[in-house]
Amino acid sequence: MEFVTPPRVRRLSLDDEATVVLDDVAIDPAREEPGSGFVSAPRRKVAQASGAIDRMAVEQLTIAYSGRPAVRSVSLPIRQGEVLALIGPSGCGKTTLLRSLNRLTELNRATSTQGRVTLDGVDIARLEPTSLRRRVTMVFQQPNPFPMSVFDNVAYVLREQGKRRPKRKVVQRAVYDALGRAGLLDEVRGNLDHPALRLSGGQQQRLCIARALAAQPEVLLLDEPCSALDPRSTEVIEELIVKLREEVAIVIVTHNLQQAYRIADHVAFMYLGDLVEYGSGSSLFRAPREQRTKDYVSGAFG
Amino acid sequence: MSALAAPPPAPPSAPLRDAVESSGSWRITDRIGLAICWFLGLLFCAIAASIVIFMLIEGIKYVRPSLLVTHPAAGFGESDSGGFLDTLIGTVVVALIGVAIALPLGVATAVWLSEYGRPYALARVAEPAIEMIAGTPSIVLALFGSLIFSSPALGFLSRTSGGVVFGRSFFAAGAMLSLIALPLIVGSTREGLQSIPAHVREASYAVGKTKAATIRRILLPTARPQVLTGTMLGVGRIIGDTSIIVILLGATLTLNGVGGVPLLSVLRGTGSTLTSYVYQNSPSGEGNQPTKAYAAAFVLLLIVLVLNGAVEVVTRRARRRTGWSS
Repeated sequence: MEFVTPPRVRRLSLDDEATVVLDDVAIDPAREEPGSGFVSAPRRKVAQASGAIDRMAVEQLTIAYSGRPAVRSVSLPIRQGEVLALIGPSGCGKTTLLRSLNRLTELNRATSTQGRVTLDGVDIARLEPTSLRRRVTMVFQQPNPFPMSVFDNVAYVLREQGKRRPKRKVVQRAVYDALGRAGLLDEVRGNLDHPALRLSGGQQQRLCIARALAAQPEVLLLDEPCSALDPRSTEVIEELIVKLREEVAIVIVTHNLQQAYRIADHVAFMYLGDLVEYGSGSSLFRAPREQRTKDYVSGAFG
Repeated sequence: MSALAAPPPAPPSAPLRDAVESSGSWRITDRIGLAICWFLGLLFCAIAASIVIFMLIEGIKYVRPSLLVTHPAAGFGESDSGGFLDTLIGTVVVALIGVAIALPLGVATAVWLSEYGRPYALARVAEPAIEMIAGTPSIVLALFGSLIFSSPALGFLSRTSGGVVFGRSFFAAGAMLSLIALPLIVGSTREGLQSIPAHVREASYAVGKTKAATIRRILLPTARPQVLTGTMLGVGRIIGDTSIIVILLGATLTLNGVGGVPLLSVLRGTGSTLTSYVYQNSPSGEGNQPTKAYAAAFVLLLIVLVLNGAVEVVTRRARRRTGWSS
């Protein structure tokens, strides 16, 4: 783990004496223990996930916005029982890649796609978008519960399109189940009828996760789900993600390298639309093969 | 290292200062500007207050509860010209017809402009077209309406005598008045829809919902306060309009039904509203009963004030509901 030498830090003294130049604060690489910094921090996984199953495969995928490619011939496996983290600096195409997995990119008419993505061996371009999006659901960066009650937020997903049926009693069990899986049920049991927008930010985001889980998806996409949250809510959601990976394949986009290290089984580093490196969490952070990966995870840029 | 990590020493505890800046330290030009702002603000408050207070005093002098429930009558004196029950009913009826036409059309147009916007060329043309309707003087709309509703094809909507279509009825006036409310409803609804961040729509699509389901269950309920605001502003404009009433409703003293079907006869017939009643009883009108005019104007002003208050309540409540960050 090597850090570039930080600049000397000067501090102006308050009582107008001579400016004091402090000691050089560069970290001596020789004295560093191997695997220092966050790489020595505990990871959240209790045990390595047993028997990961291939669910989705990205094959030579290129996505362009009005002719300008945002993702360039990327190939990746997405497995159930694993958390896959997409990392990289802003504008590297990781969110575009994530959104292409449930065809949300198609909402923008200027998008063109090459290559293919398969879900259980079937090209997703041949699936009907609404049924695909029920199998591959998504949680967004900003907590965005709908302006209705906590219960209705989850029930909305279970009901058919714009209908109000089935009625509350019929969906109640599934709603409780989804809230329970998202670890929110105990906190909201008494106020299921309160407006969802009155919950705290972390609770709102877990409600969004419950909403995404209510559709019984096979793959869960998370686009920087913790970037708007405080550290404590982040911790709760990270633990939740690690627990959920047994039942659904999880793909998470994150700006936060420490977070990727804490929760990911596999990490994909993207830079300017290219997939630079894909590997297990520990190998990519401890022993990156590519120079660009090494520079990024050591904080040289990004 | 430790010197770097330690925060700067806390300053000796001083009393908390309020964040109030005195304009005394400003440049003289800035201070003159501030004075002008104060003056204008107070001036507008004074104008609004004097209108309301003057109308209240004048109105309260002449308004009697009996006026609200007696039919108007042709007469020369205050005692024999009756009340304004018919005009009150007329006001309510034109407002209802106007809203019944403008609300569905306006909301549908706003949804189309905001959520679909295709065909693109048509959407680009429709926007200025709606603004043009909003900018058209109502007397021009009234003339245009009389042209349309006098055509034989629409004769069933108004009185016809010997092949001549009068083209004056609640239907005709309500239809044209809806054009006055329409741009307000479109604008307000559209603003409401566009203030919803894109990721909220996507959150609905991302659980497999169609665009139609998203609009119906998420977007329109979220924009409901703005739809209501636009509607109430539109109603305010409808009941305040005079020229369309005079030209297309006939501004007759009482409700003159056409045909025998109970409700339909009123709608096909002529009548008047509070505004036209005020006009005709003002010193320049045919009736010339200023005391009745003041009383009717007072009632009209009360209705408009209540509407404005309702708009304020709705927007406040909408603002209090915490939103999403975009």
